[in-house]
Amino acid sequence: MLAILAKDLRIELRTREGVSSLAVLGLLVLLVFQFAFPERPTPEAAAAALWLAFVLAGTIGAQRTFLLERENACMHGLVTAPLDPAMIFVAKMLGNVVILTVLQFIVVPLTVVFFNVTPTGHLGWLAVVCFLGNVGFSAVTTLFAAISVRIRAREVMLPLLVLPLVSPLLIAAVKASARLLGDGSVAEVSVWIQVLAAFDVIFAASGWLLFEYVVRE
Amino acid sequence: MKRLGSWTGRLLPLLVGPGMLGSLYLIFMVVPTERVQGIVQRIFYFHVPAAWAAFLGFFVVAIASSLFLWSGRAAYDRVARAAAEIGMVFCTLVLLTGPIWARPIWGAWWTWDPRLTMTMILWTIYAAYLLLRAFGGAEEAVARYAAVLGIVGALDIPLIMISVRLWRGIHPSVITARPGEGGLADPSMRFTLLFTGLCFVLLFAWMLLVRLRALRVEDEIEAVHSRIHPA
Repeated sequence: MLAILAKDLRIELRTREGVSSLAVLGLLVLLVFQFAFPERPTPEAAAAALWLAFVLAGTIGAQRTFLLERENACMHGLVTAPLDPAMIFVAKMLGNVVILTVLQFIVVPLTVVFFNVTPTGHLGWLAVVCFLGNVGFSAVTTLFAAISVRIRAREVMLPLLVLPLVSPLLIAAVKASARLLGDGSVAEVSVWIQVLAAFDVIFAASGWLLFEYVVRE
Repeated sequence: MKRLGSWTGRLLPLLVGPGMLGSLYLIFMVVPTERVQGIVQRIFYFHVPAAWAAFLGFFVVAIASSLFLWSGRAAYDRVARAAAEIGMVFCTLVLLTGPIWARPIWGAWWTWDPRLTMTMILWTIYAAYLLLRAFGGAEEAVARYAAVLGIVGALDIPLIMISVRLWRGIHPSVITARPGEGGLADPSMRFTLLFTGLCFVLLFAWMLLVRLRALRVEDEIEAVHSRIHPA
């Protein structure tokens, strides 16, 4: 499992293909949102832009998860290896978590600068929300990226499958971040963190259990 | 299984036909007009049963999908597919009848009330399910992918319910606190709702059977075809 993760991260480190294009994409989404919002956007708007940039860039990035494995029938090799398919899922999901964390390290500061919000004092909580949102999103996209590389019409299908499923995660993450970027009443944030944690547990577990049926040949 | 199917297939239309006519009679002739909302409230007796049938459909999808992945039998896959299609029909009915009622009563076609939001999200999940089945390509593999989505989609429902509720604050439940309705004051209202609800569930079951029969014939033709023209 660690070997797959290390291999994927090494490819990423050598090419920087995923992270660099995602970072620019995230920046672009934040920029485009500026045109849509009023002159002095609220912290709610900032949170919405932050998570939409994350989700849009993340969905596109997740397409790549299994595309690499298509070359030279690598996926076939992985599946036939004496290895629990659930482990392939965990490795691929962690790979996505790492890449999306890098994306968040770029998008969050940009949001703070562009939207002129001050999350000082709540950076720890904001990190928790970002991390939980990242894990849940990666769990869903990894499972469905494995499906979408195997079907026709794959470019449209992945967002179509993923976006409705992650809507509770998106609601929770946006609401929590809006609080933390704004007045920062931490009490209300904790209930959203519970929703995010529940989402992470449910989707990591279902990915772990169901991945086998996706890659079976 | 086949015998049982043909037997219920003959009985169900005999129940559903008169049942739906009876529902219409109850809705338009028997039930008193609601005092505050007036005539438009009667759509409620279509709206709520359609929602029950839609939820039943998505529940059947999840169960049949799990059974399919567990056993690998194509019959369960056909059940999941048929239930998703028919559940979508009812879910669409819910989303259409809702605004017709909401426009005169709430003064807007649509609000982002938790129930509306949840129904909308569910509709998109199962729309994706049907699109996946329609455009996914190779049948057997896509059946497995669809089953995964059918299960994951159902697991998502409690999370969606919780998050949309928290998102818009705790909203009063529609049946118990719709303004002026007093939780269906007249006993005939309650009866009508239950009667139409039962009829919609039977209608769902009948449509499911008919669709299943069609899907089974499709599979049989496909099997014969591939025997004549092996790929």
